[in-house]
Amino acid sequence: MNDLTDNKAIPEKSRYSAGVMEYKKMGYWEPDYVPKVTDVIALFRVTPQEGVDPEEASAAIAGESSTATWTVVWTDRLTACDKYRAKCYRVDPVPNTTDQFFAWIAYDIDLFEGGSIANLTASIIGNVFGFKAVKALRLEDMHIPVAYLKTFQGPATGVVVERERMDKFGRPLLGATTKPKLGLSGRNYGRVVYEGLKGGLDFMKDDENINSQPFMHWRDRFLYVMEAVNKAQAETGEVKGHYLNVTAGTMEEMYARAEFAKELGSIIIMIDLVVGYTAIQSMALWARKNDMILHLHRAGNSTYSRQKNHGMNFRVICKWMRMAGVDHIHAGTVVGKLEGDPLMIKGFYDTLLGENVPANLQHGLFFDQDWASLNKCMPVASGGIHAGQMHQLIHHLGEDVVLQFGGGTIGHPMGIQAGATANRVALEAMIQARNEGRDYLAEGPEILAAAARWCSPLRAALDTWKGVTFDYASTDTADFVPTATAA
Amino acid sequence: MRITQGTFSFLPDFTDEQISAQIQYCLDNGWALNFEYTDDPHPRNTYWEMWGIPLFDIADAAGVMMELAACRKVHAGTNYIRMTAFDSSHGWESIRLSMITDRPAHEPGFMVERQEQAGRRIAYTTRAYVTTQPAGERYT
Repeated sequence: MNDLTDNKAIPEKSRYSAGVMEYKKMGYWEPDYVPKVTDVIALFRVTPQEGVDPEEASAAIAGESSTATWTVVWTDRLTACDKYRAKCYRVDPVPNTTDQFFAWIAYDIDLFEGGSIANLTASIIGNVFGFKAVKALRLEDMHIPVAYLKTFQGPATGVVVERERMDKFGRPLLGATTKPKLGLSGRNYGRVVYEGLKGGLDFMKDDENINSQPFMHWRDRFLYVMEAVNKAQAETGEVKGHYLNVTAGTMEEMYARAEFAKELGSIIIMIDLVVGYTAIQSMALWARKNDMILHLHRAGNSTYSRQKNHGMNFRVICKWMRMAGVDHIHAGTVVGKLEGDPLMIKGFYDTLLGENVPANLQHGLFFDQDWASLNKCMPVASGGIHAGQMHQLIHHLGEDVVLQFGGGTIGHPMGIQAGATANRVALEAMIQARNEGRDYLAEGPEILAAAARWCSPLRAALDTWKGVTFDYASTDTADFVPTATAA
Repeated sequence: MRITQGTFSFLPDFTDEQISAQIQYCLDNGWALNFEYTDDPHPRNTYWEMWGIPLFDIADAAGVMMELAACRKVHAGTNYIRMTAFDSSHGWESIRLSMITDRPAHEPGFMVERQEQAGRRIAYTTRAYVTTQPAGERYT
């Protein structure tokens, strides 16, 4: 008569006897389950406590992230509980480990409120990470069904429209973070912005912790920065921008700062990841309504994304932030000073920019992901990069990226304008060589040297930072490596 | 000054051979090329005059270069000329590359007009010096 009468959801009396029961037996482990196209699927890395069966631990994750509590409750029988139970349907050992397992868990779409990252995450990462039966737990990847994606706005502007507005095509965009991060007065701060933009950068940027402090209140910064942006635009004939960080203690204050940025004619604002998912979604709606590009700094992410056995992979943050609606997100440099394995970063970039992204285990992508025409989100590469790495940066990161050279612009021995020019010339020379079909990765140093013969700022940059690398092993690395197959 | 709109404006002006190599790259990607010209170089002057419609059906760089030569014959020296490559594939459907191929010998640049307002606010206008002259009489 109703849908529940034709399957095993008819509750057996014994299933609901009072007491404690294994999660596996409560319906959270269904090895035969075939996920529906509308299911949300999460892939966890589970490290069970010693002596705990991996399937039981994984079933417990499914239970605790959906309907279960620690004991049987008769009130389940008032609901279509079989539908609401998350179902762990596959558990595999993690390659090259003895104590870790990948668990695939499917969630019915009706478990989640449309258009709410907060609601999605309250289930998926809400309680389970402190669950005693697991020693450690990491959310590695998620599949978001098209039906659920379509309840989200997605990036307010998107890569294509951002490029149209900026009138910049065919090359990575160039930026720099104003340094020192803290202590500059508004007037001095605007000087750095003007020099960088006039020298050839497309964007300058506030840092994540520049809000409104005793040394520089936010209105003063906004006013001086816009003077710098407009003056640089006239000096170059190009559209220029500066990410004005509107992060503040309350939504009311963030809206006030964003409105002021709009009134001053800024084309882009920024927020920090630490403001929280709901605040990010609200600012994305505001940005769409006000034709503003929205930059997100991933401040705080490494507290939970870096260690392999616990927390969540950054690729999941990439997915949530593309859904939440930001236009830019910092996503790693490969060659710079911050964590970033090349294969993992390829996975992040594909997640942000792709339309139909196929599963690719070497890149850490466990699921095919159709992005349902949500806008593309521009990855930002920032932290310890310089002009001498231009060939590697383009090779690893492609052309839809903002390359941000903070120290690599402002630390130039001939000044900030020269630093910016060095980066722009290196970039354009490398794109020219790439388009001409040259092996620019192998010939990169020669291509840069040739441009440095007529461009003294580039020559000085190459001399200053020659050989600067950050060659540390990554902690977040691929679990799957290519295996040689017989031809 | 030198207006630095376009993909390669920080490099020395390209030779025909170098332009041709960029055209070949665009053609290899399946993009349609178009030439446009203007004597109003304002950074937000989006719609330059089109030199015909995009060359959807020209498959070789030499043919595209012939169109550039024809455009130059009429407009070089008195206008900026840019080459734009359009990608019609789903998910992009916009420009992939945009480079200035020709520019006037002298580029006077822009002035910033500041209108002082209450609360230290300033309304900015960027104005190209040449646009005080009528269109067609700006770079003679």
